[in-house]
Amino acid sequence: MRRARRIAMATLALLLGAFAIAAWAQPQSSAGTTVTTVSRPAKLVDEGRALFETDCSSCHGFDAEGVQGQAPSLVGAGEAAADFYLRTGRMPLGQIGDEPLRGEPRFGNGEIEALDAYVGSLGEGPPIPRVEPARGSLREGMEMFTDSCAGCHGIGAKGGVAIGGYAPPLGEATPTQVGEAIRVGPYLMPRFSEETITPAQLDSLARYVELTQHPDDAGGFGIGHIGPVPEGLVAWLAAIVALLLISRVIGERLGGGRADDEAEEPR
Amino acid sequence: MTTRRVLRTVESRTGATGALTKALRYVFPDHWTFLFGEIAMYSFLILVATGTYLALFFEPSTAHVIYHGAYAPLRGQEMTKAYASAVNLSFDVQAGLLIRQVHHWAADVFLAAITVHLMRIFFTGAFRKPRDINYYVGLTMLVLAVLEGYVGYSLLDDLLSGMGLAIGNAVALSIPVIGGQLGVLLWDGRFPGGPDFFSRLFFVHVFLFPALIATLMAVHLALVARPHHTQFRGRGRTEGNVVGTPMWPAYALRSIGLFLAVAAVLFALGGLVQINPIWQWGPYEPYLGTNGAQPDWYLGWLIGALRLMPHFDVVIGGYDLIPNPFWGGVLFPGAVFGFLYLWPTIERRWTKDQRPHNLLDRPRDNPGRTAIGAAVFTFVATIFFAGAADRAFVQFGVPYEDQLWGYRALAILLPIAVFLATRAVCRRLRDGGAHPGRDSGARLVAPPREVVRSPAPRVPDRE
Amino acid sequence: MRARIAAAFALVWRYLLAGIILRFAKKRKARRSRELSASEEGTVQRERKLPASARAEAWTAALLFAASLAGLAFVAIYAFDDANTQLLGLSIAVALALVAAALILAAAEVVPQETLEEPRPNFSVDGPKSADIEDFSAHQQEEEAALALEEGADGVTRRRLLGAAGAAAGVGIGAAALAPLASLGPAVGDRLAASPWKDGVRLVEENGMPVKAGDLEVGSFLTAFAQGADKEQLATSLAVVRVQPEELELPEDRADWAPEGILAFSKICTHAQCAVSLFRYPLFAERSPGPALVCPCHYSTFNVLDGGERIFGPAVRALPQLPLRIEDGELVAAGPFSGAVGASWGKVREEG
Repeated sequence: MRRARRIAMATLALLLGAFAIAAWAQPQSSAGTTVTTVSRPAKLVDEGRALFETDCSSCHGFDAEGVQGQAPSLVGAGEAAADFYLRTGRMPLGQIGDEPLRGEPRFGNGEIEALDAYVGSLGEGPPIPRVEPARGSLREGMEMFTDSCAGCHGIGAKGGVAIGGYAPPLGEATPTQVGEAIRVGPYLMPRFSEETITPAQLDSLARYVELTQHPDDAGGFGIGHIGPVPEGLVAWLAAIVALLLISRVIGERLGGGRADDEAEEPR
Repeated sequence: MTTRRVLRTVESRTGATGALTKALRYVFPDHWTFLFGEIAMYSFLILVATGTYLALFFEPSTAHVIYHGAYAPLRGQEMTKAYASAVNLSFDVQAGLLIRQVHHWAADVFLAAITVHLMRIFFTGAFRKPRDINYYVGLTMLVLAVLEGYVGYSLLDDLLSGMGLAIGNAVALSIPVIGGQLGVLLWDGRFPGGPDFFSRLFFVHVFLFPALIATLMAVHLALVARPHHTQFRGRGRTEGNVVGTPMWPAYALRSIGLFLAVAAVLFALGGLVQINPIWQWGPYEPYLGTNGAQPDWYLGWLIGALRLMPHFDVVIGGYDLIPNPFWGGVLFPGAVFGFLYLWPTIERRWTKDQRPHNLLDRPRDNPGRTAIGAAVFTFVATIFFAGAADRAFVQFGVPYEDQLWGYRALAILLPIAVFLATRAVCRRLRDGGAHPGRDSGARLVAPPREVVRSPAPRVPDRE
Repeated sequence: MRARIAAAFALVWRYLLAGIILRFAKKRKARRSRELSASEEGTVQRERKLPASARAEAWTAALLFAASLAGLAFVAIYAFDDANTQLLGLSIAVALALVAAALILAAAEVVPQETLEEPRPNFSVDGPKSADIEDFSAHQQEEEAALALEEGADGVTRRRLLGAAGAAAGVGIGAAALAPLASLGPAVGDRLAASPWKDGVRLVEENGMPVKAGDLEVGSFLTAFAQGADKEQLATSLAVVRVQPEELELPEDRADWAPEGILAFSKICTHAQCAVSLFRYPLFAERSPGPALVCPCHYSTFNVLDGGERIFGPAVRALPQLPLRIEDGELVAAGPFSGAVGASWGKVREEG
């Protein structure tokens, strides 16, 4: 009897162990899924809280609940928001009420990770998306970008006016930053949930943004990729100037002299 | 020997050697600013040549297809046959992209050359009798050229030009009373247009307007040749003679050389500097838009006007009788061209000078005309630059809304300032007798002793 | 990168060519010519110089030979690498530039340099008839032409009657030519006002799938269409956005047009018909402009919270709003647009 029970217990333990190992070894599904990675280590969150209290609470409040008329609450903002704003140097803001613009990040990599963890721990906000451009479709990316993004950022992602804001050029945007901005909707940008732009579509969009960073300039020097304004400049400042110079060489000048004649007396 | 043989053949079939001799000995005053019209004409020739090649491959159809060509991001996208054939021209036709780009650069340069030529005509008074009719012919060619360019780049049905057509339709609709009918008539229905619309555009662009421009150009040249070209005052030059270089050999060689130089510049640009990369814009749909869409440079004054004009329209009895796009899209260009067309008449009345003129003014010789011309040009140029204010914001950070107010103020104040300054400078230069090309201008010399006598009196400057 | 270098090279090359010609121009060894004397009397004067420069001739020949090489290079590139637009353009441009330089050099330094003087043809002068002998022949031609034309009416007695009849015919035929335009009248109004939207029409995305209200979060921006309608028709496309229901400031008669804060507007700008493809939604409303749809063509801005009123830019009419309701979680139109879609024209009412 006792031997049977021991065997039964051992088998059960083995099965549970195998199950545990199998569960732990499950491959994470990729393709831009929102991976709630390993639960944030408490140490990182504490580090983040400490940094937050020294550098961010003066505007965002001690508990990150925001200050009326000054800075928004970060509860529910999510890791993606913190990561986006910190890595692109948009936060900390120079002055309250400024438009957040890309700049040099103020914090180092480790500090940003800590702050991300802290902000992420406040409520349920979008996590940092895993964006893999290589898995995306250029055609889908171009179509979606035209429909949802070109109105502000321009079809070549060279930036634009958004009456009240600046839609920046995306030349320096990493795929992760593209994904974060789409989920967060920073400053005046609209927000796109996973239902409107799926993780696979995120990959495609990021792939298209990468293309705009190195467009196919089969026609030669791209002159800025923004269309007729630089084209007109070239037509006038290169072509017309050259042709005027050539005309001057060919034709007469004031007073009757040609380029090759000796100067005549002034009339 | 062969020369004489050829000439005998020509003479016995056509009797034209008399005319040939006249042509060979024809005298051209040879100033370098007289070459601007030729630059325009040679650009036009290159447009026709490259355009012929392109027309053989382009399909002006709005039927929708799925793209399966060489450019990956477009593969699988739905688009019109027009756009697809244009992308194919760029990637799948031998030297297609080169010819496409040369064609487009030639269009930009054609209009720029006409503009420079027009300014030369205006500021030297070459539009005066007996050349006023020719001046009208030239202005008409300019109008046709602007429309021809607009229609041409809109044929490609890419995102940028499609937006431009939407605006064109709105401007047509905004014309009082007849706007609705006009818009529906031109577009074969409502925007984006009926099934015939694109083939109509194609016909207009490859035949109708080029034929009109070519015919007018022939008339233009004939009206230059008949009274002979104008000339600047100088030693031995009078209202009754023409002093210059005979057509053969020197002038013909220079002219052909200029043609080849224009061709060289255009082909260099066409090969080396990208223009209108439609594969990067994508196909047009009426529900798509991009920030920073601009028309080609020669329509930049209109986008400036449409953006600067404050938001008012004329509503009578609840009906929108003069919608907003009318002011910037019709009234403004109408006023500018009206000024240009009417100027010879205005100047004749104002100076009471009905005589013909074959001698040109230097701009300083007529401070009134030069100042008014400079002021009108400044007005148009200010509005033109306002049209690019959004790119200036993205590039330099100047707030867009502030720029608009700045440009509105400048559009009114700057022409006045330019008028006064130009008139003062002209008077000073004219009365001082200094020559910018030779003298430093600092010392005032006495008026030249050798006054060139000519039948026509110098046009007096009126207040 | 290579293209940029090539472009810079081409520019430098052009100026270099101009420089070559100028340089030659300065070192002339021409014979001195006699001055052109005052010729008020209109006698033909001539001035002719023979440059006689063997160097210039050699240079001209060299340029032409070089041009032929460049032309052959173009052919070679076309045959073997025709997708290389840059090399194709550069080779033909160099060939053309070299021939141009050769011709211009020849025109200045090789062929005879002549200055001729000729009298101009005389045209009649307007105004009082001049007694100058110069104008007489021109005036005589005018008289002859006038006589020739007038002779054509010799023997015609009822000139007035025929003139009036001709004018009447012109008016009649002109009216006949213009008449078909009038029949565009009522049809024009119908065509310009056509819209697929009425109560019950479902909203779909570009792929044809119905728009689910639950998919849209606050700050969303989506392009939608009428189910079954032609997407290119102006009235079909919509800009669908979602705001906080508390933010809404809709007029009373539209109080139920935006269920759960979801708003739908025509995507076509009422100024000049571009697609209104910008949506701005503030992350922090207290320090940012409010939610609005902006058109990228001339930056007309429409406030979404109060039903699409214009708040900036040249547009005058508000952006037409479509009333919505939610059926089984999907968005459905609850009626037609609040105003005319697209740009204004004569029959459009200011306020729909």
